Amino acid sequence: MTSSHSQPPLSDDTTVVEADPRADDAPPEATVPDDQGLQPVKLLIGVVGVAFTLWAMLNLFLAFAYYPEWFFNSKILMGALGLVVGVGGAAVLFYFINVAVEALPRRLEHGLIPYAFLLPGFSLIGLMLLYPTLQTIHYSFANADSTAYVGLQNYVDLFGSGAFWSAVINNLLWIAIVPALTVAIGVVVAVLADKLSAGGEKWAKSFIFLPMAISFVAASAIWLTQVYAYQAPGRPQTGMLNAILTAFGGQPQNWLSIDTGRLNSLLLMVILVWLQTGLAMVLLSAAIKGVPEDTIEAARIDGATEWQIFWKVVIPQIKGTIITVFITVLILVMKVFDIVYVLTNGRANTDVIANQFFNQLFARGQAGLASALVVILLIAVIPVLIYQVKQFREQEAMR
Amino acid sequence: MSTTTANDRDTRVTAEKIRGSGRMKDGRKRSPVSMVVMFLLALLWTVPTIGLLVTSLRTRDAAATSGWWEALWAGGWTTENYSRVFEQADMGNAFINGVLVAVPATIIPIMFAAFAAYAFTFMDFRGKDVLFISIVAVMVVPIQVAFAPLLDIFGPRGLDIAGQYLAVWVLHTGFGMPLCIYVLRNYMASLPFSVVESARIDGCSNFQIFWKLIAPMAMPAMAAFATLQFLWVWNDLLIAKLFLSNENTTVIVKLQQLLGTQGQGAELLTAGAFISMVLPMLVFFTLQNLLVRGMTSGAVKG
Repeated sequence: MTSSHSQPPLSDDTTVVEADPRADDAPPEATVPDDQGLQPVKLLIGVVGVAFTLWAMLNLFLAFAYYPEWFFNSKILMGALGLVVGVGGAAVLFYFINVAVEALPRRLEHGLIPYAFLLPGFSLIGLMLLYPTLQTIHYSFANADSTAYVGLQNYVDLFGSGAFWSAVINNLLWIAIVPALTVAIGVVVAVLADKLSAGGEKWAKSFIFLPMAISFVAASAIWLTQVYAYQAPGRPQTGMLNAILTAFGGQPQNWLSIDTGRLNSLLLMVILVWLQTGLAMVLLSAAIKGVPEDTIEAARIDGATEWQIFWKVVIPQIKGTIITVFITVLILVMKVFDIVYVLTNGRANTDVIANQFFNQLFARGQAGLASALVVILLIAVIPVLIYQVKQFREQEAMR
Repeated sequence: MSTTTANDRDTRVTAEKIRGSGRMKDGRKRSPVSMVVMFLLALLWTVPTIGLLVTSLRTRDAAATSGWWEALWAGGWTTENYSRVFEQADMGNAFINGVLVAVPATIIPIMFAAFAAYAFTFMDFRGKDVLFISIVAVMVVPIQVAFAPLLDIFGPRGLDIAGQYLAVWVLHTGFGMPLCIYVLRNYMASLPFSVVESARIDGCSNFQIFWKLIAPMAMPAMAAFATLQFLWVWNDLLIAKLFLSNENTTVIVKLQQLLGTQGQGAELLTAGAFISMVLPMLVFFTLQNLLVRGMTSGAVKG
């Protein structure tokens, strides 16, 4: 990863910092010094600036929560101030960080400035993701309100419960079906769209892309009311699936409670595929357009059929994108929650790990069991994580 | 010999087709199969949403006794569902909450991530590889791992900010940070390094180089990430449900509550669902080109 765009060696650097007359070891006449050494006043300004900015930001933000009356209880004012203070405060913070580090002797400055720029972002990641992850692993060995250790009891309880294994099976089904189906439909759509006229392609793609803007909850509402709706036999059916079924003389079904062959889980998966196909299509379509025309032309001259060209020429060249889309959807599917939670909340054998986690933590107040569930989820994503890192390293090597 | 005849036949066929209507303006063959299949797929992808819109404009009785496709002749049109969902389900307030949660939570992470991305792209330092790879790894971690401990920190036992916008801003800023750093760094890596080098020689500080040169040039990537993050924050159920009090909560949580009380509010549900989709769709279609360009230029390889 030592890339071509790396910084020149320290000694080559000729950055000119305005001479500060107060700096004790700055030469009196304003020649351009190679290294100014420590500039205590500038350093002080920087450090005090950083501290004050942090202090002011924190206090103002906390004031939104503790003393809303200071802001006339106006949510809009607080939202606007939050935006201004968040963005402006961050800019001022980085300005003072830069001032403080620049005040250091040249060698130290160059060593420190990258870390100084990384520090705020990484602190947030540390505070919001790394620390809680460790704490969750810790909680998974503790009781329901995290007050005493129970050893491996939470894991023993989980592995002994039928509900847990049912959820695992569902998760495995989601993982096996949704990413593959999304990619397959995405490829088909991308290939077919490529054969349309420019205008037709644009319109067709817009329609398929549209659900990407829809939330899981709204999509669930759409499919529940428009497609899977069930009315008692004899009444007019308002769901499309039952309307079609009864038109052909069938009995209306309450789709989301049929767990034969996990049909209801499959119907929930359809919603996610519907939502994600647009993303797959956009990425794959760009990849297909990037396939060099002459490779296809060459295959054609050699007498390959369109079918052969597709499988032997196009697919190998878009394999990278196919894998990217697959992994993106896979990561999403492993923690699928919203659709299951709002439509069945795990009833009729549709439960998944993330939904079980939510119910254990909030409906039942079982922090220990909930944490154990997340730890299992975390372990399950490790192979994906390793793959992503490997993939990234290869990509960087090619840069 | 045989090849020549084949070629001859081929050109003849092509010439005929050009004269006929089997070709598009740009000379490619028209493909009836793809036209039909794409039309059907586009229809399939749109029909449920159209059904929702139609149903949301019908009375409760009409919607319960006839399918939305019968609305043209079965009638029962009304706009009352929309006014009622604003009154009864407090949608107006929830809509404002949604905006006030989503806008800061979209823009604040960009500010922090941009500096980190700048450091990753234009500076050399020890541990650069390891730190960036940790970003790639953290992007995969399910956010559920953070909830139990963060509920403690933000809850009454800790900072006591759970329920407020602040808690959600901070959470989304933290959770969005890895992807944002990743997207911006990938984009910045494609910018000409010589620009930064010559600015350094001219004596600009890193802060100035970032602010005057790199930030403006990285605008497309920032906008692409902002679109994604806005959709994600606006459409999020989990974090809003856990960390916002009922009076500060978003449209999506209200919609989930409507789904929970199916019996009485079926007609409000469809109207509520449509309201929740209006803003993200607007944002999406305005910034669609930008988003697509950002995603396909390798910005999101996630």
